[in-house]
Amino acid sequence: MSTAGYLSLTQADLAAMLEAIGVESIDALFEQIPEGVRFGRTLDVPAALPEAALVRHLEEFASKNADTTRELSFLGMGIYDHYVPAIADTFLSRGEFLTAYTPYQPEMSQGVLQAIFEYQTAVCELTAMDVSNASGYDGTTVAADACFIARHHTGRSKVVLAETLNPQVRQVVKTYAPGFGMEVVEVRHDGGTTDPAALAAAAVDAAAVVFQQPNAFGCLEPAPDLAAAATAAGALPVAHVDLASLGLLEAPGNYGCAMAIGEGQSIGNYQSYGGPHYGFLAAGKEFIRRMPGRIVGETTDLEGRRGFVLTLQTREQHIRREKATSNMTTNQTLLALAGLITLCWLGPEGLRELGETCTALAAYAKQRIALPLAFDRPAFKEMAFRTPIPAREVVRRAREHGVHPGYPLGRDYPGLDDVLLVALTEKRTPGDVDRLAEVLAEVTP
Amino acid sequence: MELIYEKSRPGRRAGRVPTYDLPVPEIPAELRREAPPRLPEVPENEIVRHFTALADRNFGIDTGFYPLGSCTMKHNPRVNERVVALPGFRDLHPLQEDEGAQGALELMWELQQILAEIAGLPAVTLQPAAGSQGELTGLMLMRAVFADRGEPGRNVIITADTAHGTNPASVTMAGFELGKVATTDRGNLDLEDLRAKVDDRTAGLMLTNPSTLGLFDEGIEEVARIFHDRGALLYYDGANLNAVVGRSRPGDMGFDVVHYNLHKTFSQPHGGGGPGGGPVAVRAEIEPFLPSPLVVRAGDGFRLDHDRPKSIGRVRGFAGPFGVFVRSYAFMLAYGTALKDMSDVAVLNANYLLARLRDVYDLPYDRLCLHEFVLSARTLKREHGITALDVAKRLMDHGIHPPTIYFPLVVPEALMIEPTETETKERLDGFVEAMRSIAAEAASEPETLKRAPLTRSVRRLDEVKAAKEPVVRHAFDHPAEAARIENG
Repeated sequence: MSTAGYLSLTQADLAAMLEAIGVESIDALFEQIPEGVRFGRTLDVPAALPEAALVRHLEEFASKNADTTRELSFLGMGIYDHYVPAIADTFLSRGEFLTAYTPYQPEMSQGVLQAIFEYQTAVCELTAMDVSNASGYDGTTVAADACFIARHHTGRSKVVLAETLNPQVRQVVKTYAPGFGMEVVEVRHDGGTTDPAALAAAAVDAAAVVFQQPNAFGCLEPAPDLAAAATAAGALPVAHVDLASLGLLEAPGNYGCAMAIGEGQSIGNYQSYGGPHYGFLAAGKEFIRRMPGRIVGETTDLEGRRGFVLTLQTREQHIRREKATSNMTTNQTLLALAGLITLCWLGPEGLRELGETCTALAAYAKQRIALPLAFDRPAFKEMAFRTPIPAREVVRRAREHGVHPGYPLGRDYPGLDDVLLVALTEKRTPGDVDRLAEVLAEVTP
Repeated sequence: MELIYEKSRPGRRAGRVPTYDLPVPEIPAELRREAPPRLPEVPENEIVRHFTALADRNFGIDTGFYPLGSCTMKHNPRVNERVVALPGFRDLHPLQEDEGAQGALELMWELQQILAEIAGLPAVTLQPAAGSQGELTGLMLMRAVFADRGEPGRNVIITADTAHGTNPASVTMAGFELGKVATTDRGNLDLEDLRAKVDDRTAGLMLTNPSTLGLFDEGIEEVARIFHDRGALLYYDGANLNAVVGRSRPGDMGFDVVHYNLHKTFSQPHGGGGPGGGPVAVRAEIEPFLPSPLVVRAGDGFRLDHDRPKSIGRVRGFAGPFGVFVRSYAFMLAYGTALKDMSDVAVLNANYLLARLRDVYDLPYDRLCLHEFVLSARTLKREHGITALDVAKRLMDHGIHPPTIYFPLVVPEALMIEPTETETKERLDGFVEAMRSIAAEAASEPETLKRAPLTRSVRRLDEVKAAKEPVVRHAFDHPAEAARIENG
């Protein structure tokens, strides 16, 4: 018998079950494993803990982390400390959502199927696209997915990435590229943004051009001009965008992009040391049959009532096997559900206000911080400042004052060792910005 | 039921955002949004009712028995949800300096140690986002090894005909060619077929063991020899690892690269489709190629190692889906060394169901199984016209989620059943009763079965229509045609 962990096997159960099977012991069930590969000792793993001790043990780990409730933080660079509404937590803890599998059996799964359909609609509305998948792993892998779509749609093998596209996104595309038979070319920034002419030159013979709005330096790119430059070269323009910006900033579909992708974390997900979050991938309708990942579609049941199913499954790995558009099975449904609930909570007004507050705080920080801006460009919620000493040293010193001032861009961009990227969300107050300005003044000569 | 968009009325709202009375700078006109997105305008209580109604129309492990083969639908302990919500985890920024993230790094390092012990392989990356991405990562690692050895011509990955569809899809995505090996009538890989196919172009094998039939490959030692003798590598798809924890280790079986599904074996909730976690373990000689960054020990502490010149690169953002790690680590600590009992009871439960159902459904591979088994509704179909799909739909009326159906492809009318370790004998007996009553009904009232389910919020849905005229977003005030994608 075993009642360890989450087991509940009694002596009576065990006896009855072994008898029904017709074996003497559980060991007999494992005799099919050849003797030479049977594991002959006890696992060398930590001892079991009862629940209260387990919680205490994990609390000790958690207490060693400087999270944003304990340290005033201005870190961004792709992951942001936006407010997550209480109702997102409420529904993510509902067992009907939390403990369900992928909705292969639609009659058992109308709840999550309808929620994904509503999520797809929200992403299409925000990006001005026709179709959205049910989510991808994160903001990096959806970029590789978009390049895959473009590679097959255009028959071209080159993809162009703006250097101002998040460095981790570029790294993931480069990791995937050899398997897809793709080569990756990068376009340098010019004063913090991408020069449309330079992009146009690089885009010749390219399948796709991927740029980010607002970009990795926090600057607003001339996005419509970049999209036009790509299109003129016959490449598909792909915008990597922040959902939290799309109440204020123009939707990629409205300036000629073929696809819109991004990291969804800023709407509805906690920072969680990098995941799990959701990536989103939306596109024009001509790309629907090349899209990786799940897609939910509307249909009717035997009695003519509206219902929802996973659709176009002939793209997918479990039907198409080696000819599938991707190997993806698990996606990020629960995190995307948090995104949908947060968007419902904000509504169109709230999303616009969110953007306005971030922009206003960024402008206030620009005024208050006595460091020069690294780039003279309009911003949304992030700004890059020049520091008189290496930015990593500024971070180290400021943290001693209980403030994490931002991300040292030199970690990813050689030559920008003296640039600090400061992010503002609606959770920071003008008083917090004053404190940041004070600390920065104190720690820089 | 209505969509949330159909409940929207202009001017209503739920959340409020702080404004701080600061002046709002102008966004340049060409970059500014003109038409607001049509997000729902609904008060909070109506949002709560909407998602409560959707939850009511969904079925999870919390609702009832969920013997979905190959998916390992075990109980998701609630303490895991409590610890993952600790602010020290939940509100930690991934670009925090290593000194400010020691607790997170230590947890990840500990998790790597436990995973390494379970697989019998020394080096682990936690970065991949899911099992399928773990597969892709593993294949990229194999490519990197052969490039490093100066054998770039090794371009074929062999998979079993019982493999998950993910395996061949991953092979293609990683830029390899696919080879296939047959399965014997005992459910083992066909060694003769293998010997004929493995050559100097072979990069490796990709295998689940136990297979998707729930059977341990009795010739695995010889299989490993065939590949290793030819200089090729073995990849272990950990989808079925729940069968053998503490009983047999992939590294000891001869596998060089292994991925785990933290959402299967280690209870990360499936979340209606995700998130998951797909760590990968490798032999020491493959460690230099693991994705960057890697969590390593540094003196008394821990750090993220980004300086990995031979690394295949990054496969996902940051160091992986951290919240999944917290849950899986907490799960492992609830068991300790009794992780072996977890697999033991999973296997006991599966064999018990097999023993009690074998006289009413066809059993294509007549052996003791491990954590799952495959039945066939072939006879029901021949005699009464009742298919695996009909059986599945009728189970819903018994308050049970159907097993996986029509997979693996080598079994006609397949019903793939995985009860997991966390179900009581009474729950298993209830499933047996339901399956037996459906088999009886197939003879007495086949027309009822054909109409099932009768008790869900919808009846059978027209999937052909959904695919032929895809409607994949709400059309708002336009007629439905406006949202319909042309069939191309």
